[in-house]
Amino acid sequence: MTSRSSLPAADNSPVFTPPSGLLYRAADRLYRRPNLLLALLLLPPLLWFGSVYIASLLALLWQGLYTFDDFTMLVNHTLTLENYARLFDPANFDIILRTLLMALAVSAFSAILAFPVAYYMARYASGRIKAFFYLAVMLPMWTSYIVKAYAWTLLLAQEGVSQWFVHLLGLTPLLDALLALPGVGGNTLSTSSLGRFLVFTYIWLPFMILPIQASLERLPPSLLQASSDLGATPFKTFRHVILPLSVPGIAAGSIFTFSLTLGDYIVPQLVGPPGLFLGSMVYVQQGSIGNMPMAAAFTLVPIVLIAIYLSIVKRMGAFDAL
Amino acid sequence: MNTAVEFCQTSRCFGDVRAVDQVSLKIAEGEFFSMLGPSGSGKTTCLRLIAGFEQPDDGHVIIHGRDATGLPPYQRNVNTVFQDYALFPHMNVLDNIAYGLMVKGVNKKERQHRAAEALDMVALGQYGQRKPAQLSGGQRQRIALARALVNRPRVLLLDEPLGALDLKLREQMQGELKRLQRQLGITFVFVTHDQTEALSMSDRVAVFNQGRIEQLDSPRNLYNQPQTAFVAGFVGSSNVLHGALAQQLSGKSAALAIRPEYISIRHSGSAVPSDTASTELINLPGVIKDVQYQGSNTRIEVELEPGVSIAASEANSLLSNHTARLPGQSVQVSWSRQAMVSLRDNASV
Repeated sequence: MTSRSSLPAADNSPVFTPPSGLLYRAADRLYRRPNLLLALLLLPPLLWFGSVYIASLLALLWQGLYTFDDFTMLVNHTLTLENYARLFDPANFDIILRTLLMALAVSAFSAILAFPVAYYMARYASGRIKAFFYLAVMLPMWTSYIVKAYAWTLLLAQEGVSQWFVHLLGLTPLLDALLALPGVGGNTLSTSSLGRFLVFTYIWLPFMILPIQASLERLPPSLLQASSDLGATPFKTFRHVILPLSVPGIAAGSIFTFSLTLGDYIVPQLVGPPGLFLGSMVYVQQGSIGNMPMAAAFTLVPIVLIAIYLSIVKRMGAFDAL
Repeated sequence: MNTAVEFCQTSRCFGDVRAVDQVSLKIAEGEFFSMLGPSGSGKTTCLRLIAGFEQPDDGHVIIHGRDATGLPPYQRNVNTVFQDYALFPHMNVLDNIAYGLMVKGVNKKERQHRAAEALDMVALGQYGQRKPAQLSGGQRQRIALARALVNRPRVLLLDEPLGALDLKLREQMQGELKRLQRQLGITFVFVTHDQTEALSMSDRVAVFNQGRIEQLDSPRNLYNQPQTAFVAGFVGSSNVLHGALAQQLSGKSAALAIRPEYISIRHSGSAVPSDTASTELINLPGVIKDVQYQGSNTRIEVELEPGVSIAASEANSLLSNHTARLPGQSVQVSWSRQAMVSLRDNASV
């Protein structure tokens, strides 16, 4: 009884606090009708997304149906499918194929490079070491991507750091052999497809590490123990448990690396052999020639390729665990 | 009888904490052996030492006569049922069960046959194509059990497998586990913090506290002859009496334990039952401090002298009068001398 007297008496305070003021009443209404609140919150971004993003994209693709007059260099509004058909001309198809192969190679190599880093971050690193790794992965993104691309042209140049380093390791013959390969090589690293591939991989790697890291972090340690307990060697545990369960992360990361490589037009201009990329082709058609309809037709290519890529990834079950 | 698992002076430390502190024990083949203790007492670490997820810092773990110290989990013929079941979410139930056979290279036809057999054993035959996420907790528990048993381990380790189930399901699974263990003759090592579970299922129970075994005994002995105050308090509930009162009652300096249900209460002044004349009965006056209704029984706390209370438990029946015991009443408490158990001196409460 004595202990109770120290508490304030609760008997006099009212059970309900009556609403007062307009804001309170609005808050009460929204509390009782959560769907209304949701609609209010979603309306601005949906409007933005619908008008600025979807509508302008459709307008762009519609322009691909216009006719470009080669003599007058003017666009007239006669509708034609010729622009889209010309995507399959050998010269244009080469560009598509070159870009696609690069995007696939960059995605695959990024995944291989990223996995051990992501695995270490997710399962071993903790505290300061983990913070350091997050910082180290993100830090390159603080610099402008164009600056990084330019920096790489110097690093990969004939007298650049990378060739000097290769020479120091005594691997110059190996590099020369690589550069002599058709389709991969070139005069120097900075004018070879290999160099372009290295720069792409460098630039997009963080986009691969972080999703894989997130997917591995969700993996309960007891699953790995269970696998080992049931007789699986570490390699089999990796093959049958870790890898399948990290596929969503790899898929998410590869969507980034794949689409970013497909659409890029800066790196192909700065590093690598002269052949055009999808992005640079759009740039040339639109900027230099003024053939807007053809440029618009080219923008359809990455959209279609990414759609195909997503459906393949989905079929592989990458989104089952979402 | 052959020894299935043996610990020789085994220790495992995490930093400064000695999770398992020089434990020695022998688990017989075909035994249902329980490790009982509060969380952090070292029971789960002991289980993980057998499974191979932990390696001892000191001492040895011997499984079926072979020193398993340093052996990775995948080279031990023991299997574990995990507390969270640890079913592979990307595989269906049959693939989960067949996993152990698959990684050991058993051919597809045989492993499908054996997985289906194991699934039938836990009475979930029609659930083979489901994913674990589509099952209830109790069903997942059975799948985890089937996944371990399909490998025909010589020792099955169970890490609080019933902890996540509700009471009804838990009691049902206790019966099923016991039945399976008898039927298969496999050594079961069962970790739990639930003393009724340990008492009802086990052949023998090791009670853990702070990384050591307080007592290793049959459930009956554990309950009736607890050796330390910790065991007396953790296995069932007990009154532990110390000091002058214990000295006066038993003539020894050791602490005493008495189960509440062995204590009877009479109102002061009511007729003394004829057999109380016997010197085998201890009689003490006291005052009721608290009465708690607990369903099948009522717990009554009686203050014997200032600062010393004793709890008695009276079975309830339809005829019992719920106003018969009230706080403040003067009563006589009595118990048989045989109900008192002397505890080891080094016991700490």
